[in-house]
Order: sequence, then structure tokens, then C-alpha cells
Amino acid sequence: MIEAIRDAMDVSMGRDERVVVFGEDVGFFGGVFRCTQGLQAKYGKSRCFDAPISESGIVGAAIGMAAYGLKPCVEVQFADYVYPAYDQIVSEAARLRYRSNSDFTCPIVVRMPTGGGIFGGQTHSQSPEALFTHVSGLKTVVPSNPHDAKGLLIAAIEDPDPVIFLEPKRLYNGPFDGHHDRPVTPWSKHELGEVADGHYTIPLGKAAIRRQGSAVTVLAYGTMVYVAEAAAEETGIDAEIIDLRTLLPLDLDTIVASVKKTGRCVVVHEATLTSGFGAELVSLVQENCFYHLEAPVARVAGWDTPYPHAQEWEYFPGPARVGRALVETMEA
Amino acid sequence: MPDAGMLRFHVPEPEVRPGGTPDFSNVTIPKAGSVPRPEIDVDPRTIRDMAFSIIRVLNRAGEAVGPWAGLLTDEELLQGLRHMMTLRTFDARMQMAQRQGKTSFYMQHLGEEAVSCAFRKALKPGDMNFPTYRQAGLLIADGYPMVMMMNQIYSNEADPLKGRQLPIMYSSKEHGFFSISGNLATQYIQAVGWAMASAISNDSRIAAAWIGDGSTAESDFHAALVFASTYKAPVVLNVVNNQWAISTFQGIARGGSGTFAARGLGFGIPSLRVDGNDYLAVHAVAKWAIERARRNLGPTLVEYVTYRVGAHSSSDDPSAYRPKAESDAWPLGDPVVRLKNHLIHKGVWSEDRHTQAEAEILATVIAAQKEAESHGTLHAGGKPSTRDMFEGVYAEMPPHLRRQRQQAGV
Repeated sequence: MIEAIRDAMDVSMGRDERVVVFGEDVGFFGGVFRCTQGLQAKYGKSRCFDAPISESGIVGAAIGMAAYGLKPCVEVQFADYVYPAYDQIVSEAARLRYRSNSDFTCPIVVRMPTGGGIFGGQTHSQSPEALFTHVSGLKTVVPSNPHDAKGLLIAAIEDPDPVIFLEPKRLYNGPFDGHHDRPVTPWSKHELGEVADGHYTIPLGKAAIRRQGSAVTVLAYGTMVYVAEAAAEETGIDAEIIDLRTLLPLDLDTIVASVKKTGRCVVVHEATLTSGFGAELVSLVQENCFYHLEAPVARVAGWDTPYPHAQEWEYFPGPARVGRALVETMEA
Repeated sequence: MPDAGMLRFHVPEPEVRPGGTPDFSNVTIPKAGSVPRPEIDVDPRTIRDMAFSIIRVLNRAGEAVGPWAGLLTDEELLQGLRHMMTLRTFDARMQMAQRQGKTSFYMQHLGEEAVSCAFRKALKPGDMNFPTYRQAGLLIADGYPMVMMMNQIYSNEADPLKGRQLPIMYSSKEHGFFSISGNLATQYIQAVGWAMASAISNDSRIAAAWIGDGSTAESDFHAALVFASTYKAPVVLNVVNNQWAISTFQGIARGGSGTFAARGLGFGIPSLRVDGNDYLAVHAVAKWAIERARRNLGPTLVEYVTYRVGAHSSSDDPSAYRPKAESDAWPLGDPVVRLKNHLIHKGVWSEDRHTQAEAEILATVIAAQKEAESHGTLHAGGKPSTRDMFEGVYAEMPPHLRRQRQQAGV
């Protein structure tokens, strides 16, 4: 998936000289996850460069560049480090078009690795997507595989508005399904690991049905798509798994069509439960599908604690917890 | 040497509070003309003392003296005077309109008119300002129509910002005026980013960042200085020190640093202080800093030493925290009076002509106000539509906003 993300930036930089890439360790070294490796050598230091350790500075400068007419795609090293930039994202990037009546706009992408599963403790494991979906003026994207990551990132870079691009870091090397005691299949052996050369986009706001089913709809994104797949296989429940891909704008039509078909719904995310994006999903399902529901809509999420270190796998909502929710929803 | 005993907590206090006698004896004012004018490619390390002095051109006799004088023609000076007078009259009328309930909020420039009016004239078309809420002189001096400003202040049907923004948070790309946020200091690093983009694009345009003394405490100010210094961005980093951040005196943000200009020294950025009430000095220093940016010599930090004569905003009453007569005691005088006296001294202006100009300007501002009010004020007459509220959040309205707009019945 790292190669796909790099390829998306490479393709975009090659097609449009307004695209610039910068962030901490992003230039010469190519990023701590190597997502920008080779871009500085290929496009020069004016197009890809190292930034001081100042997330607010990185995003603030990107906003100024976008106002000038460039299309910056910046990296925040971990989503856990984005908070110093939150004011710039919320009060500035998200609001610039609206407050200036499109006199100035802000076509930036803020990329950041998100989620846990790597023993990163509370400062390298968080999933802050709900902090962005709550902000009018932003788009929030969470890819779950290399093919999507490339198409969605190119679409995000080409989008005329600011996009928060959350990369589930546990998926960088393969479709991790929550079974931390088993080896992960590398992307090279997975059908979605196949990434087409050159330019293609996946439109923002379109979900994908990863597994057809008739018994229950699972709404998931990022790493949880594979956890849900494992849970469905292991419980033998005929779940339909929807990979949301873009949280905002949300593909409500796909969600509603599926829940009306199955009559049951389980919402899964790695982020903490309370006021998480799952709460929004449950509300929408309730508002749009109430008379089709045969069971309460369930949520499986991270516990409402800071992300712990030693207790990583007790915290992480793995296939056992998701499977339990599937069984309970079927029995309700 | 103090004892290492019980620790004591220190909170700075201004010299005087309400009821006291204003005292600016601690503000050292160098003589006009006394600060040298270095070459623009000077080694920043050799001019560190300029961060602790004040560049001044106009002396008490109304003469322009010293190495920073002589850059502007009589015509340009007369135009500058007119810009400052216009801004002052505009402010007075809009402040009154706010009191009359025609808008919710207003912020005036009283005492600080020279800073933005003179700076604008040193820029070229295409350069970009990232202003705070107290630089409307950038628009006035660039010929932006007053009626457009008023339409924005009134949030009326002709408001270029469709009623979405608080009064005076103007935006005009065409006039090199970046959309004002209302959040503090965020624009400072954005200005540096814009300047970096201009350099990346091998352009010739430069950026100007604006901030007040109080907001230099925000982390975005420091991020901006790091980025500007690291990438030698073509930007002028302006700090308007008007002594007061609402009720907080400048010592709370400045701390132990002698001046705000001195903040730039640790970043290796040439840092100058200038008499912010001296139109000629502001213009000369702006030109110097802008020229440096234009010639790839990198950023310059400029502190404008001035005084906020009026309240912070229409919601503020300064008599609660500073002596009423403090502005009269301000040692750098009034920018309009000082330029007027200079022009009279030069024999190109007179008290009579000044009075006449005041009347003409007032008539122009009132005419603009009448036109603006024909499009409505905040609570009366034409206003932006409810549909406008839903537009422009994104380039293309996403489905959830379309649904909400339908729910709102528009």
C-alpha cells in the first residue's frame, strides 16, 4: 500500500506541476513509512522537501500555498500528531472557501497514518477521523487497500477542497484481519494489492461492497474491513460488508440499500466508541431504515480509554468481538 | 544575588491603571533621522541593534529628516494623507452605524492609520497581504470601493461574502487582501506558505504577513518565523504593536524580550522597529523590507510602534483597564496630524485645505454609506438568501447538505 500511495503522488506530481509534497522527514529520506521515497530525487527540492517539526506550520504553510494556486499534499507523520494543526485545519482550511465566497480556496490533502495494531501506544495508534467528519468544509477518506489508496489519493489531490487522508498503518504491508498471532498475507498475494499503472481515480463519496451477504450489513472502513471479513467467515454468518472508503461525503445510498435488504446492521470502527463516527452511522441507519430493522443496530469500537501499549489486543476490536456482535445481532 | 528560598510567581503589570497618570517615560524615542539606513543586502548580524531602536523620519517641527526620508513625492504624500483621513472618517461612520444597530460589530483603526495605508503604497499589484482585522487601510489605499466594504459590514444583499462573515472580515484577492479569519495568528504562517509558493513557482510576487503584539504569543507566529527563516521566504513579517491586546498590555505577550522586533533575531531574520505613526517612516521601511523579499534576500520582521487610541472593538470599553487620557500622552503623536503638519511645513497644504478635505471626504463616505444602505443593513432591508448559507461549503454541494437545504425549505 506504501508503493500505491507513493505512486499516487508520483502520478499527480508528474501530471500537474502545482502539486507539491512536504512534511517531517518527507524529503531526502522519503518519510518514516517511505511513502515519499524517491519523489525529491525525481521532482527536485522545490516539489518535495523536509519541513520543520511543526504540524501547524506544515498545514498553515500548505493553506497559504493553496491560496497562491499550488496543490499541496502534506504528510503529518502520525495522526496522533495532527492536533497542533487542528486550528489550521478546522478554522482555516475548512472555512476558507465559505468565508471568502470562493475568492480563495484550499485544495490541500493532509495525509496521515492512522490506527493501531503496531504496539505504538497512545501517541502512534489513534483514529481521530470523527474529529474531522464533524467539521463542515472537510472531506475525510480512509482507504483499505492499495488499489483504492492510489485512486482515492489521486482523487483527493485533484479535489478542489481540503481532504483529510487517513492511511491505516497496519494495512501498509497487508490486509491485517486482527489475528495478531498469525502472519499477514502480503498485498502481493491479494487481489486488491494489484495496482494499475498510471492515472486513475476512485471518486470520493462512493463506498464499495467487499462481501455480498443477506443476513446482516457491516459498516466498516480501513483495517476493520478485514476484521469484519474474518468475523463473518469464522461465525459463518452471511454478512454483507461495506467498505465506506470516504466517510464524508458518505455514500448513504449504498448503506441504506444494503440495510433495507438485510434488516440488520453492525457498525465497526477502531476509534473510541463515544461520539465516534459510528454514532453518526447508527443515526443515519435509524433515520433511513427504521421500519426495515429487525434488531437494534450494534456498535463495535475501541474502548473509551487512551490507546494502551501492553493491552493492545485487549483494546483492539478484533474478530472475536466483531463476531460476537454479529451473532448477537442475528439472535436479537 | 537573590537567595534560593521560597519561589515567587511573577506577573507583569502595565505602568499605570485607570485613575493613574499616563506615563510613557519608559518608552525610549530616538530622534527622528538618527537611525541609519543600511543597504538591503546587509548582513543581518550587523544590524541587530535596529530591533531595539525606532526608525523615524518626521520630527516635531514637521520636517522629514535623515536617511529614510525623501522617497515620496508631494503628490504621493497628499494622497497618503487623504487615505488616512478617509479611513478615519470611514471608521467613525461605521462605528456610529454599529451603535445605531445597523450591524453587530465594528473595529476601528484610530491612531494606527499610517501603518496599513503607507505599507500598501510600497507593494506592487499581485503582492498578497495576510491581514488582521485592523489593516483596512490596505484596501482603502488600493482603491477598493468603500461601498463594498460597507456592504460586507452590513451583511446586506450586496455583501460580496454573502452574509457569512463577521463585519470587517473582508476578502479581496484582486486587491491583494487575503480573507480575514477572525482567529488570531493563523494567517501569519499562511503568508509564509504563500511566499514559499511564489518562490517555488519562480514568480516575482511577495507576501506580507500581519499580526498584533498580543497574538505574537500564538505558536503560529513562531512557526511562521521558523518557516520564513528556513526557506528564506519572500515575505515581510509585520508586527503592529499598538500596546494593547483588548485589556492586556503588551508586556504579557512580550515577556522578558526587550521588543517584539527582537523576536526575529533568534531566527536570523533582520528585524527593524519603526515609528508606526509616521507615514514616511512606515513607507520607507516597508519599501526596504519588500525590496529585500523581491531580491531573494529573504524575510524581514518589522515592528510598528503605535498606539490603539480607540477601543479594541465595538464590544470593548478601555476605560476599565487603562487611563482615559493615555492616548493623549502617547509620545509618537497622531499619524494624520503629523503628516498634515509636514505637508503644511512643506507649503503644499494648509489648515483651510485640510478642513475642506475633511468635508469632501465625509461627503464621499456618506454617499457610499447611502448606497450601501440602499442594499440593506443587518436587520433591515435586503439581505443574503438562506440558500447562500448552504452554498460554498464545498465546490460542489454534497448530498447531506442538499438534504439539509431541502429540510430548511430553501
